[in-house]
Amino acid sequence: MSDQLVKIRGLKIEGRSDETWNPIINGVDLDLNKGEVLGLIGESGAGKSTMGLAAMGFTRDGCRISGGSVEFDGIDLVNAPAAVKRGLLGKRIAYVAQSAAASFNPAHKLIDQHTEAPTQHSVQSKAESEKDGIELYRRLRLPDPDNIGFRYPHQVSGGQLQRAMTAMAMSCRPDLIIFDEPTTALDVTTQIEVLASIRDIVEQFNTAAIYITHDLAVVAQMADKIKVLLKGDEVEEADTRTMLSAPKQEYTKSLWAVRSFQRPQKPAVNVGATPVVSVQNVTAAYGTVPVLFDVSFDIHAGRTVAVVGESGSGKSTTARCITGLLPPKQGHIEFDGQVLPLDYRQRDKNQLRQAQMIYQMADTALNPRKTIGELIGRPVQFYSGKTGAEKRKRVDELLEQIELEPTQYFNRLPSELSGGQKQRIGIARALAAEPKFIICDEVTSALDQLVAEGILKLLADLQDKLGLSYMFITHDLATVRAISDEVVVMKDGKVVEQGPKDQMFQPPHHPYTDLLLSSVPEMDPDWLTTLLKERGVDNIGDAAVDKMA
Amino acid sequence: MGSVGKIILQRLALGALTLVIVSFVIFAAVNALPGDFAAAILGQGATEEAKTAIRADIGLDRPFFERYFTWLGSILTGDLGVSYAQMMFATNLGGDQLISITDQIGPRFFNTMFLAGLTAVIAVPLSLTIGVLAALYRGSVFDRVANVTTLSSISAPEFFLAYVLILFLAVINPLFPVIALPEDGMSLIERARITMLPALTLTLVVTAHMMRMTRAAILNLLASPYIEMARLKGVSPMRVIVVHALPNALAPIINVIALNLAYLITGVVVVEVVFVYPGIGQLFVDAVKNRDIPMVQVCCLIFAAAYILLNLTADVMSILSNPRLRHPK
Repeated sequence: MSDQLVKIRGLKIEGRSDETWNPIINGVDLDLNKGEVLGLIGESGAGKSTMGLAAMGFTRDGCRISGGSVEFDGIDLVNAPAAVKRGLLGKRIAYVAQSAAASFNPAHKLIDQHTEAPTQHSVQSKAESEKDGIELYRRLRLPDPDNIGFRYPHQVSGGQLQRAMTAMAMSCRPDLIIFDEPTTALDVTTQIEVLASIRDIVEQFNTAAIYITHDLAVVAQMADKIKVLLKGDEVEEADTRTMLSAPKQEYTKSLWAVRSFQRPQKPAVNVGATPVVSVQNVTAAYGTVPVLFDVSFDIHAGRTVAVVGESGSGKSTTARCITGLLPPKQGHIEFDGQVLPLDYRQRDKNQLRQAQMIYQMADTALNPRKTIGELIGRPVQFYSGKTGAEKRKRVDELLEQIELEPTQYFNRLPSELSGGQKQRIGIARALAAEPKFIICDEVTSALDQLVAEGILKLLADLQDKLGLSYMFITHDLATVRAISDEVVVMKDGKVVEQGPKDQMFQPPHHPYTDLLLSSVPEMDPDWLTTLLKERGVDNIGDAAVDKMA
Repeated sequence: MGSVGKIILQRLALGALTLVIVSFVIFAAVNALPGDFAAAILGQGATEEAKTAIRADIGLDRPFFERYFTWLGSILTGDLGVSYAQMMFATNLGGDQLISITDQIGPRFFNTMFLAGLTAVIAVPLSLTIGVLAALYRGSVFDRVANVTTLSSISAPEFFLAYVLILFLAVINPLFPVIALPEDGMSLIERARITMLPALTLTLVVTAHMMRMTRAAILNLLASPYIEMARLKGVSPMRVIVVHALPNALAPIINVIALNLAYLITGVVVVEVVFVYPGIGQLFVDAVKNRDIPMVQVCCLIFAAAYILLNLTADVMSILSNPRLRHPK
């Protein structure tokens, strides 16, 4: 028996849209040996997930394998009958999905979903499988492993669910696991726990894995070798260390280079200058649940303040307080030295005009039935009263500012634009009000790295030209490094540290800032190993709880 | 469980309030009907005095709100009153034994509930099964046949369906009696046999909605990541649908079932007429014809209560089908 587990040759996959079949994968080869971990990377639309699923002999509805072969341990998965494939899935090939929260069935307990594959494939009895599940939960360092499985998915946190899903994939001790962006939806500090757990368990059971991600630093920790995909074609493949140190193709090099964009720090503002926006001792609550505690910081003219923190830390709530969508319980917001009414309904048009927002999901923030001209024209007319040719001229100007050709884009619908272009429209719409201050809420987190870099550069240029101030909400420290002048670190609704960027990225840090900074994966393949050694097991979050029990 | 208990209590209170409001609407609407009982009973040649006398006799001359609250009060104490028809019958023929509405409606109410119950026992499992199978074999011949058949049966008039069933199940193959007239002391099985033809007719009428909703609610979930996950665990297609999709699709299905059951109680006059089945529907139609206000009001109230109660049950069951509410964090 050879060591080769997966052998894909010339795989072609097509997807159907509007009655025509469009290629998604154009003839890619893939080889994977037993116990080996392959990293599949690429931007969105590169066909990573499609490729991963194809290695399981599975295509999503509306897709089909139109050519090539997929062999798993000598079994031809393209032509195998459905029953044969079902016999392999879950038993010898398992899958870990991107969002564990969405991929666990909300109607059943975790353990019942865990035992499903072993009992359905007659590998173990329900009782044996339950016992084994608890053992796996223990190995994956889930808190309270004896009981956590008897909860429903909504009763367990995202990071824990992701580990429970890895345990579920392990339930039949498969030969191959496909990990489809398993940590993308998690905070950096949670991500580390999950990465460490996955790596341990894959090593312990000598499982082969295909690890799909768009994050190079993550893949560097997990994979033995890396394959880069671009629009359904293979760019190159090499073992991890070679790939990181000496990528051959231009495209791979450009992916590697993205992380280097960094705007120089601006000089400190004059002491005594009036800040554009000043958040003063703001305390806020959703109903009776308090979410912000005594938050204060200033944003000066022409500067960018990055507000950093994990999900639930109160970043977006702070933005809602500034815009007046959520009137604070205590404290107030000053704009150019003047106190703003707390509720946006009591602010006048000029006060509203001065502060604009750009949202994370450009897809949902743009009305899909309006053309670009209408989307940008509306705020122009609303705030400046311009109509007809004057309005058109202003919209054209704005389109030029965001580097989109007016004649080409004016009559298009949002669905005819790419993700990055849509986000540019979001920026133009904010600029249409001629604001002084813009809140950017995770504006790059849904975008690929190359596209995100373009958006960040555009925002930086606009700031220099128009003297805008930004409040930049993000959980991504690379973005912070790239664009900010000052940094505010938030945790559990409180500001734990704030200061100029250069200072923030230099020790000594507040312990939480330190935890955040050190949790950002680095391109060094030994980073995770070193970090875990440094922190000791006791420091990876709730793993500590389990160790003591 | 605290939050679920609270939600259920809230729903119950809302249901009771709705019923009171509906009782007022019924009372007002019946009052606003053109023509009156006195004119209807005495015929066109009646003198004004005679009419006034009758009105005074049954209290129609008192103010609106006084009548409403008297009525509401007696309903709440379980006294549904006496129908005008009974009153006149007793007065004219000198009898002093008044049959109350409770006694008049009682057996018919039982018949209506029996028919609705029998239909539900057949139709609900049947439509769920067809719905699940149609979702499982979506796009197949079975799916299409199921859709076309149920749609045709819901589009055809009820009396037509009834006659077709009579033709095949009573005339050509004499399995069930044509006239569904239950008698006292019949065994349950005998009763079910007698009521089978109207129940089957109604089954044909209500199955389409429930089956199509089951199919649609399940198909709606098939693109969910957890369904894909189940498939990628090698779970059989049947199990994917029954174990993974159905529990999450229950809420809309339960609501459609409730609406159809309410229809079975309130909307079956035509079927009752065809099979001469003594249910509430016929009683109601007769009462409206005779301007027999107390009877009309009680029938309306029963119909309203059935709707409210079934929808309430559906609400509560939908809530219970949501694990987030059943098992709070």
